[in-house]
Amino acid sequence: MDLKKSTFWGYKRENGRIGVRNHVIILPVDDLSNAAAEAVANNIKGTMAIPHPYGRLQFGADLDLHFHTLIGTGSNPNVAAVVVICIEDGWAKKVADAIAETGKPVAYFGIEQHGDHDTIMRASKAAKAFVQWASELRREERPLKDLWISTKCGESDTTSGCGANPTVGNAFDQMYEHGVTLAFGETTELTGGEHLVSARCRTDEVRKKFHFMFDRYQSIVEAHKTSDLRDSQPTKGNIAGGLTTIEEKALGNIQKIGRKCLIDGVLDKHETPTGPGLWFIDSSSAAAEMVTLCAAAGYAVHFFPTGQGNVIGNPILPVIKLCANPRTVRTMSEHIDVDVSGLLRKEMNPDQAGDALLECMFRTANGRLTAAEALGHREFVLTRLYESA
Amino acid sequence: MIHFVVHDEGDSVGVVVVEGVKAGQKLNGWIMDQDKDVSIEAKSDIPIGHKLAIKALKSGDTVVKYGVDIGKTIAPIEVGEHTHVQNVRTKRW
Repeated sequence: MDLKKSTFWGYKRENGRIGVRNHVIILPVDDLSNAAAEAVANNIKGTMAIPHPYGRLQFGADLDLHFHTLIGTGSNPNVAAVVVICIEDGWAKKVADAIAETGKPVAYFGIEQHGDHDTIMRASKAAKAFVQWASELRREERPLKDLWISTKCGESDTTSGCGANPTVGNAFDQMYEHGVTLAFGETTELTGGEHLVSARCRTDEVRKKFHFMFDRYQSIVEAHKTSDLRDSQPTKGNIAGGLTTIEEKALGNIQKIGRKCLIDGVLDKHETPTGPGLWFIDSSSAAAEMVTLCAAAGYAVHFFPTGQGNVIGNPILPVIKLCANPRTVRTMSEHIDVDVSGLLRKEMNPDQAGDALLECMFRTANGRLTAAEALGHREFVLTRLYESA
Repeated sequence: MIHFVVHDEGDSVGVVVVEGVKAGQKLNGWIMDQDKDVSIEAKSDIPIGHKLAIKALKSGDTVVKYGVDIGKTIAPIEVGEHTHVQNVRTKRW
């Protein structure tokens, strides 16, 4: 596809970032605030609560990651405005103030000394004002380079490595040349192919940082494993789909970064890219954890190749599913946005598959709901580093 | 009709991409990187997405896919035989 003059229609946020959705989110800081957040989202139509099970008695790096993920989610350009609710005022303010640095409207509420009723009333008033304001924002035409795109595969099988993942790689190779900000991750799922990723790092400094992240994750596996992980990595679904070893899974996974683009930088789980290019995000390979981190890093559209049929979505990040397994495309068609099974019948070549994905990406960026959005998949899963105190 | 695909001609395995492959069936393969055709008789029933050996392997041999090591065999494998967790293991972890 000739991408030189390609544009999409997005929402320009106060900090200059471009979003492709216009969500007003009700963001609980902790598990205790989920009920109030969900009540507000129920009261005020067009808003969305993002409940989750954590936020109490975390400490150190694990607490920092919790805050960064919530703040990153609120700061994402797909979000127009945010209502933060916490059991107490202090952490509500901390999260709200950090999101407010983007310039977007943010309000925060603590439940203690008010109770749920009063909190829901006050937060609903703020949410109503935000959603009416956001509903008047208009999309504007923007160059492709303003789009940030992340990828992660899931419920992979062998067709992922020969069809769906190379299709993402083709699209990434095409977009990389045009200064798009791209990301991949899944640290343990590079095991067996880490030398290939290492060889693609642009500089020795990037390479050193990648190896640090890779080795750090390997040491976690080594410290906690009770077997060769044959029940977990590959997963039961992967094995049912024909993947035999982690090495085979990893080599299929790596097809997503194409053949040409170089890795320009490495991010820890709470970090945000500082420029265009391909970024590696140190992350779990569990689908919802990884996609949640991509949303928190600021990505606006996500490519999710699947083989056996992972059904994941995200509350704020549109997740585009592509699949090359003809059986999955037949049995789970409602979940698949782009069917690239023709690749395995030689009815489609890699450039045609890449273009089909890019066409779906532009339509999604312009506002078309993905299968996961239409089906209500809003998996929001915070990565934990260790136990709460 | 393509029954299985192979990433690279140096690989020891291919991937079945159609449903219902039965033992004794003659299979047409496509070697993707070199765009070559290959033909093999299935020695087992092989589900879609699962692998078959395209080279004979001894126990302990390295299995190659994408031109890269994906693990080791724990039993001998004949050409056309289903190649999966019953006869291949990771070398990692």
